[in-house]
Amino acid sequence: MSASCPIFAAVRENVHLNKLRDIMSYQRSTVKRLIFGSTFIFSLFFLVTTANAQDGKAIFNSKCAACHNVFKNSTGPALGGMEDRGPWSDRKKLYAWIHNPAAFMAGDPYTQALKDSHNGILMTGFPDMTEAEIDAIVDYVNTTFAAGPGGGAKPAAGPAAAPEPKSDDTLLFGVLTLILAVIALTLLQVNSNLKKMSDDKEGIPASEPVPFYRNKMYIALVIIVLFLVGGYYTIQGAVGLGRHQGYEPEQPIFYSHKVHAGINQISCLYCHGGAQEGKSANIPAVNVCMNCHMAINEYTKGPQLFRPDGSEVNGTAEIQKLYSYAGWDPDKKQYTGEGKPIEWERIHNLPDHVYFNHSQHVVVGQQQCQTCHGNITEMDEVQQFTDLSMGWCVNCHRNTKVQFTDNKFYSIYEKFHEDIRNKKIDSVTVEMIGGIECQKCHY
Amino acid sequence: MSQKKYWQNLGELKNTEGYQKLVKDEFQEDLPFAEDGKGILDAKAPRRDFLKYLGFSTAAAALAAGCETPVTKSIPYLNQPENLTPGVAQYYATTFVAEGDVVPVIAKVRDGRPIKLEGNPLSFINTKGEGTSARVQASVLDLYDTGRLRYPVEVAGKELKEMPSFEAADKKIAGELSGTQVVLLTSTLNSPTTRQIISEFLAKYPGSRHVQYDAVSYSGLLLANEMSYGKKAIPTYHFDKAKVIVSLDADFLGTWLSPDEFTSQYAAGRKINQKNPEMSKHIQFEAVLSLTGANADDRYLHRPSETGAVVLNLLAKLGGTVSAPAIADEKLKKGIDQAAGLLAANKGAALVVCGSNDPNIQVLVNAINELLGANGTTINWANPLLTRQGIDGEMDQLVKDLNAGSVGALLVYEANPVYNYHNAADFIKGLQKVKLSVSFSDRADETSALCKYIIPHHHYLESWGDAEGRTGFFSLLQPTISPLFKTRYFQTSLLNWTGNNTDYEDYFKNYWVTKLAGQGAFDKALQDGVVEPAALTFAATAYNGDAVGDVASKLNTGAPAGKTELVLYQKVSIGSGAVANNPWLQEMPDPITRATWDNYAIISYAMAAELGIKLDDQYEVEFHKPVVAFTINGKEVKLPILAVPGVHPNVIGVALGYGRSEGAGRAANGVGYNAYPLVSAKGGARQYYVTDVTDYKKTKDTYDIAYTQTHNQYEGRVEVVREYALDEFKKNPEAIPQYREELAEDFAKKTGDFRAEATLYPVYESPGAHWGMSIDLNACTGCGACTIACMAENNVPVVGKNEVKRSHEMHWLRIDRYFASYRDNTEGDNLNVVFMPMLCQHCDNAPCENVCPVSATNHSSEGLNQMAYNRCIGTRYCANNCPFKVRRFNWADYTGADSFPDNQHHNGVGKLDDAVLMMNEDLTRMVLNPDVTIRSRGVIEKCSFCVQRLQDAKLEAKKSQDASVIRDVKTACMQACSAGAIVFGNVNDKESRVYKIRTQEQNQRAYYALEHIHVLPNINYLAKIRNTGRPVGVKDEFAGKKAVSPEVHH
Repeated sequence: MSASCPIFAAVRENVHLNKLRDIMSYQRSTVKRLIFGSTFIFSLFFLVTTANAQDGKAIFNSKCAACHNVFKNSTGPALGGMEDRGPWSDRKKLYAWIHNPAAFMAGDPYTQALKDSHNGILMTGFPDMTEAEIDAIVDYVNTTFAAGPGGGAKPAAGPAAAPEPKSDDTLLFGVLTLILAVIALTLLQVNSNLKKMSDDKEGIPASEPVPFYRNKMYIALVIIVLFLVGGYYTIQGAVGLGRHQGYEPEQPIFYSHKVHAGINQISCLYCHGGAQEGKSANIPAVNVCMNCHMAINEYTKGPQLFRPDGSEVNGTAEIQKLYSYAGWDPDKKQYTGEGKPIEWERIHNLPDHVYFNHSQHVVVGQQQCQTCHGNITEMDEVQQFTDLSMGWCVNCHRNTKVQFTDNKFYSIYEKFHEDIRNKKIDSVTVEMIGGIECQKCHY
Repeated sequence: MSQKKYWQNLGELKNTEGYQKLVKDEFQEDLPFAEDGKGILDAKAPRRDFLKYLGFSTAAAALAAGCETPVTKSIPYLNQPENLTPGVAQYYATTFVAEGDVVPVIAKVRDGRPIKLEGNPLSFINTKGEGTSARVQASVLDLYDTGRLRYPVEVAGKELKEMPSFEAADKKIAGELSGTQVVLLTSTLNSPTTRQIISEFLAKYPGSRHVQYDAVSYSGLLLANEMSYGKKAIPTYHFDKAKVIVSLDADFLGTWLSPDEFTSQYAAGRKINQKNPEMSKHIQFEAVLSLTGANADDRYLHRPSETGAVVLNLLAKLGGTVSAPAIADEKLKKGIDQAAGLLAANKGAALVVCGSNDPNIQVLVNAINELLGANGTTINWANPLLTRQGIDGEMDQLVKDLNAGSVGALLVYEANPVYNYHNAADFIKGLQKVKLSVSFSDRADETSALCKYIIPHHHYLESWGDAEGRTGFFSLLQPTISPLFKTRYFQTSLLNWTGNNTDYEDYFKNYWVTKLAGQGAFDKALQDGVVEPAALTFAATAYNGDAVGDVASKLNTGAPAGKTELVLYQKVSIGSGAVANNPWLQEMPDPITRATWDNYAIISYAMAAELGIKLDDQYEVEFHKPVVAFTINGKEVKLPILAVPGVHPNVIGVALGYGRSEGAGRAANGVGYNAYPLVSAKGGARQYYVTDVTDYKKTKDTYDIAYTQTHNQYEGRVEVVREYALDEFKKNPEAIPQYREELAEDFAKKTGDFRAEATLYPVYESPGAHWGMSIDLNACTGCGACTIACMAENNVPVVGKNEVKRSHEMHWLRIDRYFASYRDNTEGDNLNVVFMPMLCQHCDNAPCENVCPVSATNHSSEGLNQMAYNRCIGTRYCANNCPFKVRRFNWADYTGADSFPDNQHHNGVGKLDDAVLMMNEDLTRMVLNPDVTIRSRGVIEKCSFCVQRLQDAKLEAKKSQDASVIRDVKTACMQACSAGAIVFGNVNDKESRVYKIRTQEQNQRAYYALEHIHVLPNINYLAKIRNTGRPVGVKDEFAGKKAVSPEVHH
């Protein structure tokens, strides 16, 4: 019964689990007092303690997929079969590496070589990731790798694939719950009938039979279950208002980042140069597209492109759309018509009361685009990779280290420099220089 | 009352019952629930109300949750301009030009929209600083004024008919123009290209002429200079070079000629070097308390009709060969003696300026300045000012000609005589006789509405152009935005009608490329914004004193005709009234009266008593002001009154610039009373005073004046202000450090440090930067430019008159005006006025922070008192607990920030004024700074130390890897201050200016407001020093032993 509850199947993030655990443990004692012997809620807690392969996939998608693929090298190496390589057969070493890559690499030639072979990019550390979570990821990677590239429903190319199995599970769990509930109900009914019969036998006068729908215990049970389920979804819904993780609107032109930034390896900053200069990364103007597309007027060599609904995209036709926006006549090779700007549908949209500056993160913080935007080189039409919630921002600010000794600006933080010299601290996080104070982002 | 006391209003001075009631509650109105007076719980149907609100919130939340998030479009450029990155501001040098005024500015342009202006520090006109006046700061809002015409129109009666195109207009007008005698009526024009175009235009229509007409005339000064120096021009003044400044009715810090330039010069002479404390001495003679008078060291009152007598006496005392009439008033006599003595002792470093428009008086002032050796030292004839050139006689002649029917066509640019000519009726009659009249005004104002065609001119921020503020000092205009509407250069129209099909833009470029000999030089000049000589030169000009004797005899110095006289003055904010449709300026509290959104009659306390107006609670606390009927020049005028100290008992003052018509715009419409018809014309010169005020009596009516003088009170904690006489300060420079040491001894015995000892709360560490501000009360003149700069930078909302009346004004930075009077004598020369900019003090031990139940306001590691709007639930505890009263609550959705469109009208606030709704139009909202959140209803806001600028500077510093970038960051108020009174920076950096001021340069004057309550502000003030022998500062005259102690005895 443990894994069969639809309430908990959807729960994947630790934060939520912990909160829920607190709420539940309180509820549990109350419920226990109210309904003697009810194992219904109690039994739901197995899920909390064991992270299974299902979680491994979720964790992989949220934490690893930005840079890693199971089957091929991406920003980082392919993860499939990693336990046969380097030191990773020793799980302890793997934990150490993931928790603090820089420290681990200092004494490990394999990872040093690995860094060099990946453009000198060192993996981002995940100090908060538990060993159970890492195990779950490894399980997931191994299962997926064993199944082969075509083995799964779809290759794990990002969180897009995640919802499908989730909805299947929900249905399954729902049906199971229903069946179990009917069985429990029948058993209870049988129990009460038997009791009645034995009472009859022993001559105890039977009380007026109460139909189950007027049985106070049942009613209380139903109300409590409804309250818990309803409350959970209400809170989740309220928290998620305005968050659009996974949002992938259809754009006026089927522009594939996978083709441009992935296969053709065009630098992100070629089009989104604003990311280096200021607040917004900016969507490139049509004239930037035309820099290349004056020459490239058909899509022939790349892989077939598909819309999310499975229909195929005619790449050449999409380039023609661009021409009509730009007012370009590909035959005469000149601008003939009136151009008009392309009305893209905005995906990443922070609320007005949030100040976010790309150049702060890209130039000063030296963050990779993928950290926030996901494995953009694998996406056709872009989808929102993270939920862009404040908790997500703050967590990153807590863990990320600033370029403290490299950037001369930080010389004003004399106290921290002294602490580093005295080995009191080994690095300075964004939080330590005020990175989670309100008015760093809200003004 | 035995001691001197600083007070903002009479209630505070006398601590009346009504005042006590007022200050008891931070927020003066009850909650809207308690309308039946019983409070929430006993109200008629609290449960039902509760359920209603509950139901509504649930339904709203459900609705919000159920709705799909709207799809946002992201539309990049088709063809992105080079060097432009959306989201990154660009800066263009251009020039503020209005009614002859010239101020070179740098416009900040965000995503194609100019949103903020600063002075161009390359210009001598700005004394090489960035300071500007409130009007320059606010002019960016005029660009987005909803009152602007959006296309050329033909006026048919009251209807404005859109003309299909400029060509159509040209065809009609050029046809009517041919062969007529044209008069081009403009304000002072000092653009070299425009003047050239005008001369070409006039040549095409023989017999035509150009008349310059200034709303407020300087004709007297121009004519007098012609008599004395042979030049119909105005010299430049150098207040910084003067050790003694005597001003007769000239409000040179507020409205006279070039106030922001003068403020900067004046402040240079007033700043104290504590090693050798010296400052200029400023004596003001005037009738009604002006901004300049409020800053004077000594101040003497006289009637406006006595100005001539005062000048004659001064001239005679300084050795002029004139006979001086006797002065009856003893105090005034003493003042003249004092001024003459000081002037005589400082020859070569003395300056007398006079605000009179009487050429005779100005000739005598020239004679005085000649005797003082001012010609060539404090008065510079090397590069005369060209900002005012209108001669009254020419305008009067035009009105005569119009009525005689000898003018064929009248073209009006930047002039509005129907509104501001003293005899508007005659002008209107004349205008109706003209066959063709064309206005180039940007709106259908009073004059334009009576012309036949209006071909609107661009706003200066949309224009190419040039201006010559002083001879040889050129500044260039370049567009910062494409014209918003179908408007056209007035110069292009003239060129067109001259038969020259060049556009003004090309004409301008050709002119300057030729003049500067090359495209490269022109580009450089555009980038700099100014073409000026490398250094200032000083020159005297030949003086001719022949006229003095003749003029002196002509002056009527006899006894004043009437008992009471009227002075017409300009407000610092609104000036001549051309900018009346600017809600920022309308809502800016007047530095003296603290009134917004109105003009009124200023009277003395003595006159109030005479009128039977009790200066009690009812008077000070209430905004219902009695209306008094005056008979001025035989005409009955009903005006609400404000009694103000420091006003001559027999003089009333009324501000010009109000009472605009509907065509001026929604914010200006119907605000105040138009006082221009009261201007009297004597001998061809307009006089801004009337000697014939009789028969004044209080009526039963009252009128609401929204003034802020009783808002934001300190409940008697008046030691926020510190003031010393210069001599006292020299004698005992350690008074403030001693006081601070005493405080430390009392409260932090062991360490002498409040931070460590006097608080229960942990010490806030600032490992990196720690922001701090220092405000020099000696340099601050109270002009209010910072208030407007703050509004522009931080999207501070306009709330409208009705909301100001309810103490709901939102200014993050206010300028408190304190009167200080000695032994309860609140009149005249015994009055000291101190201005104190008050903004969030960013206390390190902030009382607001620990009362917030949701921690929406908290402290940053950089010493900022942060405000997270989206966390605020509007309990307003913080505002209650703020000792400085600088927190502002959004009672309504003033800026249209809420998702619910009807949030601007609700029962807690009532209907908002039309001016507020005007600020919410899409057009007006283009002025908003995209880096600052628009606050919604129900949250507190306050000064953030311009955190967006701090963050930006830090980012810049990190990118350039240079910590010195954040050393002297500028907040908006600091940048706008012409006087340089505000200094901001990183106090953790020992090289920063603010650190040096606090610890080395000005440590003897540095103090913190309300230091004894240990809130540890991050703003320090530098005490005001007054160069006077009168008693100054809060001092118990009987406690002789502590003669120089500044404490208040409480």
